[in-house]
Amino acid sequence: MMVEVKENKSINFKELISKIGLPTLIIGTFWIILLITGGFLGISTMTLLSDTIKRAGMNGILVLAMVPSIQSGTGPNFALPIGIICGLFAVVLSIEFGFTGASWLFVSIALSIVFAVILGYLYGKLLNAVKGSEMTIATYTGFSISAFMCLAWLMIPFTSPKMGWFMGKGLRETVQLDGIGAAQILSDFWKFTIGGEGGLIIPTGMIIMFLLCCAVVWLYFRSKSGIAISAGGINPRFAQASGININRNRIKANILSTVLGAIGIIVYSQGYGYAQLYNAPLMMAFPAVAAILIGGATATRAKVSHVIIGTIIFQGLLTTALPVANQLFAGTDLSEILRMVIQNGIILYALTQVKGGGK
Amino acid sequence: MSDNLLSLKNVSKEYSGNRVLKDINIELKKGEILALIGENGAGKSTLMNILFGMPVIHSTGGYEGKIEIDGKEVNIKSPHDAMEHGIGMVHQEFMLIPGFSITENIKLNREITKPNVVSKVLGKRLESLDVKNMNDDARKALDVLEMDIDEYLPVAGLPVGHMQFIEIAREIDKKGIKILVFDEPTAVLAEAEAKNLLDAIRKLAKKGIGIIFISHRLDEIIDVADKVTVMRDGEHVATKDVKDTNKFEIAQLMVGRKISIERTDSDNKNVSDETILDIKDLKVSMPGERVKGINLEIKKGEIVGIGGLAGQGKLGVANGLMGIYPATGEVVFNGKKLQLNNPMASIESGLAFVSEDRKGVGLLLDESIEGNIVFSAMQVRNDFLNMVGPFRFKDSKKIRKHAKEMIKDLDIRCTSPLQNAGRLSGGNQQKVCVARALTLNPTLLLVSEPTRGIDIGAKKLVLDLLKKLNKDYGMTIVMTSSELAELRSISDRIVIVCEGKVEGVLPPDAPDADFGLMMSGSRHNAEGSEA
Repeated sequence: MMVEVKENKSINFKELISKIGLPTLIIGTFWIILLITGGFLGISTMTLLSDTIKRAGMNGILVLAMVPSIQSGTGPNFALPIGIICGLFAVVLSIEFGFTGASWLFVSIALSIVFAVILGYLYGKLLNAVKGSEMTIATYTGFSISAFMCLAWLMIPFTSPKMGWFMGKGLRETVQLDGIGAAQILSDFWKFTIGGEGGLIIPTGMIIMFLLCCAVVWLYFRSKSGIAISAGGINPRFAQASGININRNRIKANILSTVLGAIGIIVYSQGYGYAQLYNAPLMMAFPAVAAILIGGATATRAKVSHVIIGTIIFQGLLTTALPVANQLFAGTDLSEILRMVIQNGIILYALTQVKGGGK
Repeated sequence: MSDNLLSLKNVSKEYSGNRVLKDINIELKKGEILALIGENGAGKSTLMNILFGMPVIHSTGGYEGKIEIDGKEVNIKSPHDAMEHGIGMVHQEFMLIPGFSITENIKLNREITKPNVVSKVLGKRLESLDVKNMNDDARKALDVLEMDIDEYLPVAGLPVGHMQFIEIAREIDKKGIKILVFDEPTAVLAEAEAKNLLDAIRKLAKKGIGIIFISHRLDEIIDVADKVTVMRDGEHVATKDVKDTNKFEIAQLMVGRKISIERTDSDNKNVSDETILDIKDLKVSMPGERVKGINLEIKKGEIVGIGGLAGQGKLGVANGLMGIYPATGEVVFNGKKLQLNNPMASIESGLAFVSEDRKGVGLLLDESIEGNIVFSAMQVRNDFLNMVGPFRFKDSKKIRKHAKEMIKDLDIRCTSPLQNAGRLSGGNQQKVCVARALTLNPTLLLVSEPTRGIDIGAKKLVLDLLKKLNKDYGMTIVMTSSELAELRSISDRIVIVCEGKVEGVLPPDAPDADFGLMMSGSRHNAEGSEA
């Protein structure tokens, strides 16, 4: 009756590589080698791993923001600064309104979603007008809005003493969150340590938040609307023939991406303990793009699993490379150079894999 | 033997084991006009590619046979060689640069130059243009064609007919041009322009240039050519002197009997009188397949074939009905007016479409078979979804069950419903497309080029499947195909589309000549002359 389902269990080496992806494999191996080297050099592996988890938790949602935009066919969201600025604006605004602690977190997230939906919609409209060169336009949209906000942070008459300069007008470069009792508010929620003092620190609250967002995105791409978005991304003509409004879907996806960027920066800021304004959002899209690409995504196809794998490997590499390189080449800035080389190299590699100059 | 300007002797060509040309023999004398005619896929383009030494020929293993020019065997390895031997071509789509003047276009890359100070130091490539001489040359070429147009005008904005002449002027300006090939030169021209062009061709022939004229317009061929060579399925069917033949014979030779799929039952079909689809003045702007006002009535329960040569608009009909390309006109389907330019509305009204562009429009190649099968039904009919609050998620269990049923019913050969559609063979991919259309439970199924690119065994399976759907479920089917044999094997009647309009409707067992004449748009005149 049924068609026989034959499963080929024997996976040879070549298939394994193509399944995981060569860049993922190389960077992953490199990270493990660094970890082992670090161990020999007397750097605590547990500390390195704790830092990795912390940084992965901080950056995870920003990386996740790439999934909807890639799936919809607009490519990696190089305009992530738009979402980040929505998040930062919400953060600043809720401090201005006097919220602290947990209420600050909820108000920030709620406000940021409102801003992100509006700006994401406008940004989606923009992308529909420039089909074929989304990635370039996105990069410069991100740069422009960051520059614009440099003015805004200075000009908007905020009054909260927690954010202003001691003299003159405008907001500080970095706003400390411990002043409002919000630093590490998520990270410290249900935090525990495996293996006692000096063991592996698990920032449970932040991880739950990250996984929750992952679950939402994963579920969304199994819904009718999400499937339509993916189909439009893979093959616009196919989707169109099935009566799907591709432009509307691209807008939807970019709204989702912007919202995730906004929530992502709030989670990032609380983990870091500071909200960084002015030029900080400018370059934040690149590590996020690099991370998802290392995870195995391409500029046209991305999954939630790519986000998780990519974030851990990429952040792991960064946190491990710094202390190890400092030990090996004392007095140099090699690790920062290494980070730039890997990050931009990966983006470059992935962009060369895009066929036919985008959709 | 020596008065032949060009002779092709036993030229054959194989593409990866598939013989597309078989022993073609062509002879062309000085000043002679040879018409080349054949259906799409008859091998005309391949033959011309060989003559021009196109890279596609040599990268696929070259050709067999001999090409002789002026009685000497030549080996044409590149388009540049072809030019050296005096072979020129006037392209169907104009290869002109709009912003350049007529002279510049005619002289492109063959500019006449004179030395200047810089070029004396840095070489010949920096010499300045001798505009006066170039203009004189262009003028001469234009005069041959009796074109009273200023040679310094830009090409952009010229009427289509003029552009064609500039192409020709460019070819005859080349030194030592002996053979000129026209590839369907009149396809894009209005009647008066076409007439001018034919006059120009005659003039060129009088000057001793040998002309190969590719066209499917029989009237033109009878009008202008001295000899006509008919090709079919890569074979040289016949070469006749035009004065010894007529267009009926040519049409018959062109279509020929090549039925490989036998018709088994044309009997006891219960086609009702009820019109299910009424198309009035449908115009579709599909690039390359423009529909210019089609009127057609389709009865419930019949299989209607739509045939015609490529580029005549037959494919535009289904694409227009499905809202894939912009369309205007009035379409009544199932008693209701169909909203055009809205794929969603078309699908909702009960139309389903299996596209001619299987890999482009028909399938998500990187998606699973089951994902492909249920996609449209899920998006348009909200089938295969689970409601969780306000959200709708895919119902994997139901999808799997349905996919397995379809795989079994349509005999899709695959390892599992999760296999990627892109990894299936052409025939099985086509079945997945059909399965997707059937999942929509359509009242009327539009199928375009269902057997394109699939092997002969799979072809029969797909056609049998269509026939079965029609017979067992009473599904009305409109099948568009370039293969006449296939249309004749299952259709109840065949609509021939020519130049974007319905040329006529024929029963499947009508004589070959009728099909040939209709496809080349010569039926009206033919009827006149017969009377």
